[in-house]
Amino acid sequence: MTVPVRKFDAVIVGAGGAGLRAALQLSEAGLKTAVISKVFPTRSHTVAAQGGISASLGNVQEDKWEWHMYDTVKGSDWLGDQDAIEFMCRQAPEVVVELEHFGMPFDRLENGKIYQRPFGGHMANNGKTPVERACAAADRTGHAMLHTLYQRNVRAQTQFFVEWLALDLIRDAEGDVVGVTALEMETGEMVVFHAKAVLFATGGSGRIYAASTNAFINTGDGLGMSVRAGIPLEDMEFWQFHPTGVAGAGVLITEGVRGEGGILLNGNGERFMERYAPNAKDLASRDVVSRAMALEILEGRGCGKDKDHVLLKLDHIGPEKIMSKLPGIREIAIKFAGVDPIKDPIPVVPTCHYQMGGIPTNYKGEVVAPKDGNPEVRVNGFYAAGECACASVHGANRLGTNSLLDLVVFGKAAGNSMIDFIRNERPALKPLPANAAEFSQARLARLENQTGGEEVADVRADMQKCVQLRAGVFRNSENLARGVAEIKAIAERAKRTQIKDKSRVFNTARIEALELDNLIEVAVATLVCAEARKESRGAHAHDDFPDRHDEEWMKHTLYDGQSRQLAYKPVHTKPLSIDYIAPQKRVY
Amino acid sequence: MDELELKRMVWRSRRGLLELDLQLAGFVRDVLPTMDADGQTVYRDLLLVSDNDLLEYLNGKTVCPDTRLVPMIERIRASRRTD
Repeated sequence: MTVPVRKFDAVIVGAGGAGLRAALQLSEAGLKTAVISKVFPTRSHTVAAQGGISASLGNVQEDKWEWHMYDTVKGSDWLGDQDAIEFMCRQAPEVVVELEHFGMPFDRLENGKIYQRPFGGHMANNGKTPVERACAAADRTGHAMLHTLYQRNVRAQTQFFVEWLALDLIRDAEGDVVGVTALEMETGEMVVFHAKAVLFATGGSGRIYAASTNAFINTGDGLGMSVRAGIPLEDMEFWQFHPTGVAGAGVLITEGVRGEGGILLNGNGERFMERYAPNAKDLASRDVVSRAMALEILEGRGCGKDKDHVLLKLDHIGPEKIMSKLPGIREIAIKFAGVDPIKDPIPVVPTCHYQMGGIPTNYKGEVVAPKDGNPEVRVNGFYAAGECACASVHGANRLGTNSLLDLVVFGKAAGNSMIDFIRNERPALKPLPANAAEFSQARLARLENQTGGEEVADVRADMQKCVQLRAGVFRNSENLARGVAEIKAIAERAKRTQIKDKSRVFNTARIEALELDNLIEVAVATLVCAEARKESRGAHAHDDFPDRHDEEWMKHTLYDGQSRQLAYKPVHTKPLSIDYIAPQKRVY
Repeated sequence: MDELELKRMVWRSRRGLLELDLQLAGFVRDVLPTMDADGQTVYRDLLLVSDNDLLEYLNGKTVCPDTRLVPMIERIRASRRTD
């Protein structure tokens, strides 16, 4: 069967902040640019970012990019690459002002400059005192960014392919990237996008966890495609969590609820935080509370029929206080947990929020992979930016408001790198391999013809349960080893998923089966990477190895999805222009 | 709404915000097919609202200025999660 081919200078997969910023750079340079997106661009998960975007503008009080860099390195628990971090922090003021000039409606000071507010972890003088560094557009910063960038792209004549699902990366015999295959939902037809350069900006993969704040679209499509194309994934053991999301839903319950007197109970009705933090109890820090909750569940003292959550009790503080101080929380509890906290406790669980690892890139947005003993050889024609990429600026733990900054800095950088590559190295399309669409066709045919297989929803639920229990906030050797065995067995089942609806048009069942192919690769990577790292660093807290161990473990994990083997590569300790920020104990 | 259009609505109920996914997924699957043509058209138009506005309407934080959409918003607010 012949597959139609469409030709572009640049193809971008994903229309969130990173994809749109890169597309703008390319289209404004006069290159023929396509953006492929599962959903309408302004409904990408970037809309969920409320907090703001960091930049050392110094509009409220003195600030310097060097201080921003220090905070980011410290936040990363010294796993971030210091060249990439310097690049991001130095670029921050420029890209934020650029967004302002694009028309993004930032909050303003009386003098007309962009308003900046303090944020957790933002400090002046290398960690000494809080500083106002977060720029925001009310509580809709991500939303404002997406709308601004989308409008600019329309003006620049970027071509959008909306409600298309990218299926696979196309590499030629030399390993160079020459395009992607994608499925149009409206027709069910597959098309080859032939390109001089391809950028993945597909976002995170938080849906591998049973409890996740991520929207349903966050299925790690770029990571799955990379693994299937033989590109490794970096630092997949590092995931950021919030302690209290509504069990079974993922919607966050603010920590302020415990500040108002809410307490956590296990399945025996015991106020377990008294055991873990005798003084602070339920007001202990985020990681302490998360870990205690996870341990209660793991040791069989959870609540509910599956004993998979704990309870947040509020009724004792009285209906008046709940109605006056926590009306939004009551609404969330009624809507998403089916309980009214005036009478009944809210089921809660530590909830996955952000993926620090991803497709390995340098600070130019070029994808790099090991080759002939060099851990970082550029994959010609392939770029990645945003949450799907690992530059690595977040290291083992992301600093608040650096996620939106990551999108625009590395989206723009990747766009510039692609322009250089297209103009200087690949002015003409490199030929497609003869079998360019075969692999994707075989995947679709497998799904079409599968009999006696497994339901997608069943396999997905088991995957999410396993990742939540084995690679959540509480990790130890025994639990992780069990998780690796379990997830490998689930991955075998994922190869035999079956769909009843075989129709071609807007077949959500087929899309979800193809998304599961991507999720499962990320889930296996997460377990295998986490099991191997025998230290605690940032978001990876290992109970058997409670300390950070720089001599042995200050290195990036590289996961090869084909063999499921790991390799490691050094952290970049040489910033672009300043002195190395040497490791210290990470205390706040 | 024909079958194709209903399936399109199922996909378009996938949003950028988890809170919307959770509220719309069950509704579009279980309730939308039982509604009359006018109701289905209103739902289609509701999906054109931007995610952050839609969330505020469904949370009751603000009232949707398009009065035609308000009964649909109330209906979704009243429906229980069934996903």
